[in-house]
Amino acid sequence: MKPGSRAVEIVFWLLPLAAFFLLPGYLVLGSQILIVSLFAMSLDLLLGYAGIVSLGHAAFFGLGAYTAGLLAAHGWGEPLTGLVAAAASAAIFGFVVSFLVVRGEDLARLMVTLGVGLLMFEAANRAAFITGGVDGLSGVTMWKLFGVFPFDLSGRTAFLYAYAVLLAAFLLLRRVVNSPFGLSLRGVRENRRRMAAIGSPVNRRLVAIFTLGAGVAGIAGALLAQTTQFVGLDTLGFERSADLLIMLVLGGTGRLYGAVVGTLVFMVAQDYLSGINPVYWQFWLGMLLVLFVFFARGGILGAAEALWKRR
Amino acid sequence: MEATVNTALRTEGLSKHFGELAAVNGVSLSLARGARHALIGPNGAGKTTLINLLTGVLEPTAGEMYLGDERITPLPQHRRVKRGITRTYQINTLFPNLTVLESVTLAILERKGFAARWMKAVSSHREELEEARALLATLKLDGDADKRTAQLPYGHQRLVEIALALATRPSILLLDEPAAGIPARESVEVLGVIAALPADVTILFIEHDMGLVFRFAERITVLVGGRLLTEGTPDEIAHDPEVKAVYLGKESRA
Amino acid sequence: MGQAIGVLFDGIAYGSLLFLVSLGLSVTMGLMNFVNLAHGAFAMAGGFTCVLAMTRLGIPFLATLPLAFIVTAAIGAVLERFLYRRLYNAGELDQVLFSIGLTFMSIATATYFFGSSQQPMHLPDFLRGQFHFLGGDFGVYRAFLIETVIVLTAVLGFLLTHTRFGSQVRASVDDATAARGLGIDVDRVFSVAFALGSGLAGLGGGLGIEVLGLDSTFPLKYMVYFLLVVVVGGVGTIKGPIAAALLLGVLDVAGKYYVPQVGAFVIYAAMIVLLMLFPAGLFGKRR
Repeated sequence: MKPGSRAVEIVFWLLPLAAFFLLPGYLVLGSQILIVSLFAMSLDLLLGYAGIVSLGHAAFFGLGAYTAGLLAAHGWGEPLTGLVAAAASAAIFGFVVSFLVVRGEDLARLMVTLGVGLLMFEAANRAAFITGGVDGLSGVTMWKLFGVFPFDLSGRTAFLYAYAVLLAAFLLLRRVVNSPFGLSLRGVRENRRRMAAIGSPVNRRLVAIFTLGAGVAGIAGALLAQTTQFVGLDTLGFERSADLLIMLVLGGTGRLYGAVVGTLVFMVAQDYLSGINPVYWQFWLGMLLVLFVFFARGGILGAAEALWKRR
Repeated sequence: MEATVNTALRTEGLSKHFGELAAVNGVSLSLARGARHALIGPNGAGKTTLINLLTGVLEPTAGEMYLGDERITPLPQHRRVKRGITRTYQINTLFPNLTVLESVTLAILERKGFAARWMKAVSSHREELEEARALLATLKLDGDADKRTAQLPYGHQRLVEIALALATRPSILLLDEPAAGIPARESVEVLGVIAALPADVTILFIEHDMGLVFRFAERITVLVGGRLLTEGTPDEIAHDPEVKAVYLGKESRA
Repeated sequence: MGQAIGVLFDGIAYGSLLFLVSLGLSVTMGLMNFVNLAHGAFAMAGGFTCVLAMTRLGIPFLATLPLAFIVTAAIGAVLERFLYRRLYNAGELDQVLFSIGLTFMSIATATYFFGSSQQPMHLPDFLRGQFHFLGGDFGVYRAFLIETVIVLTAVLGFLLTHTRFGSQVRASVDDATAARGLGIDVDRVFSVAFALGSGLAGLGGGLGIEVLGLDSTFPLKYMVYFLLVVVVGGVGTIKGPIAAALLLGVLDVAGKYYVPQVGAFVIYAAMIVLLMLFPAGLFGKRR
């Protein structure tokens, strides 16, 4: 690791704390950005490291959200155990789905991920008596974090809570991607045939990373449910999966940090522009994607790297 | 075909059909332990298909394969690799965005069963990295160690192709045209490295360059139209009228 | 029993419509290996062409249909020439992002010009109502749909098997490299096929206003159905999407009729099951 970049990293992770103190009015948006960054990181594991394009990753996010939300709505509002429960349910579901995903060729695989996402959405929609359907799940009351910090309207506890979980997850995931397992995933992404030829049980590896990615997405969903004290159907929708994909690609895949950068830029822009005119936002986003594919494939971090190399 | 103590790998009536077409037809082949065995034949003779069958990439439509006494016919590719059967590809099948060092280290980690480890960093696996560097040095690739594979010239990529196979420490090495695309002088070197492998490593290589074949092979099998035409020492093959008619006659122009 | 026949009939009508729109997608994906999530946008464009022609130009509904075909085919031709063509060798992710981007742009454009509500539809009198047949009541329009699709399919089938262009298409789907080697101008085949497929989608969009509705979110709402029909049926074939579209059309209508609590769930679950059993589609080839 280059000496200068460690300093940059530390500064990077201090920025949210700075925002906490300097921008108290934006804590709610800030929490959202932190939460979706975690969600985007989980997709990066699949896309950036293992090369799996998923159009249905929101299924795990939503499942985690509903798990945590339902737990709290039915009387158990302890936040950390809620996270664990959400991670578990999402991971288990991810494990099951992974067998469908690793079997197919590119196109069938894409359709399966899409199908799973839509299936979950429909299931949640139909099971309105559990999930609240279109109206969403309310009555998610959280207990105090560690028995001390309440989730109140100021959003301060929520922000620091989301930040801590994101940081902890990031450190764990960074370990994973720098490990032999992480290298083997990159090998799968680069050339699946060759991985088999050097003796790698490719499917097993893919199942493992898919399960991990699902679990982390579930944690992110739970964070959303707990901090906003509400779960809507949109947590499962295709829009969420598609937006996530865009955010990650925008920031740059395969770097973990790209997930954070992309999410930050996207959500700030969306918050500002969509508020002005949602139709314009959608149009320009679409155009951005088209231009992106032709001109800026590496995303923000990719472009930054290219510039850095050229100096 | 009888299995002797010295047979490393053998097939019995191995066939692969694609619809009506028999790409490999009733091939019974025996590789002696430590052999330097060449597989030759015209284009489309089924040589690559045979390697695909031997490595488990394709399932046969008939016939059996034995590794020593063990019937390996149902085993998938990665399990055969674990039993020491490794191949290289005719067209470079590499990891474009991994560095050369990362690629070879990955193969070594897989071999040792460390590739599922997720808590320790790759950079702290010193032994494996050392081994990777040493292997690269024998192929004169050490200068390329930190370059992205996609950035290397074709000839160097071909060497990485071989390095990946060697990293798995095969007991049976199947090479699909290892010298393809490498200039003549270097290809002699490359095949020299391969021939210099420990004597108990069994090597089967497909080659079109007859000079290399006659230089390095101790035994030659000729495949034509998916069938085994004949087999013998280089001398026998060079003087076999059938072979000359079918194959060498065309090749001597090359 | 009468109910079941009615459900079957509606399912077939729905399926025929899905097939008509999806056919272009099957050809595109089979020929160019391009994951085009924006295909529904072409159907929408056709639909809006019909609406505009009817409301602004006073053209009768049936006459707007060929117009929808032509306009959408033209849009398809232009987009193919300048954008799609550059991405044929791009990775799956790039194609997905690009087509999502196009979809967003099309939805935003439609919302901007037409608002986000359902477009009103006025069928000519002779296409309304029901007719009596063998003791059952069937929708006239749906029967018209089925007839139209059958005729079109027959025409296309003939084109594919009895014309030179058709054989060029079939050769290119089978193996584009080999086709080039035979001297076939594969690029031109792509362009024409893409335009044709888009035109068919537009036609389907116009025909479908009455059955599927038309609003600016049409592409996203129905995208999965078109993809589903193609992938489940088998990319690059005609038989495949026919079978898949009819199967899924009937399943969807039957599902919504007999077990409404479960709704669209049935289709998605069926899709996943079918993809597991037939990874290359019902009639697809294993590449």
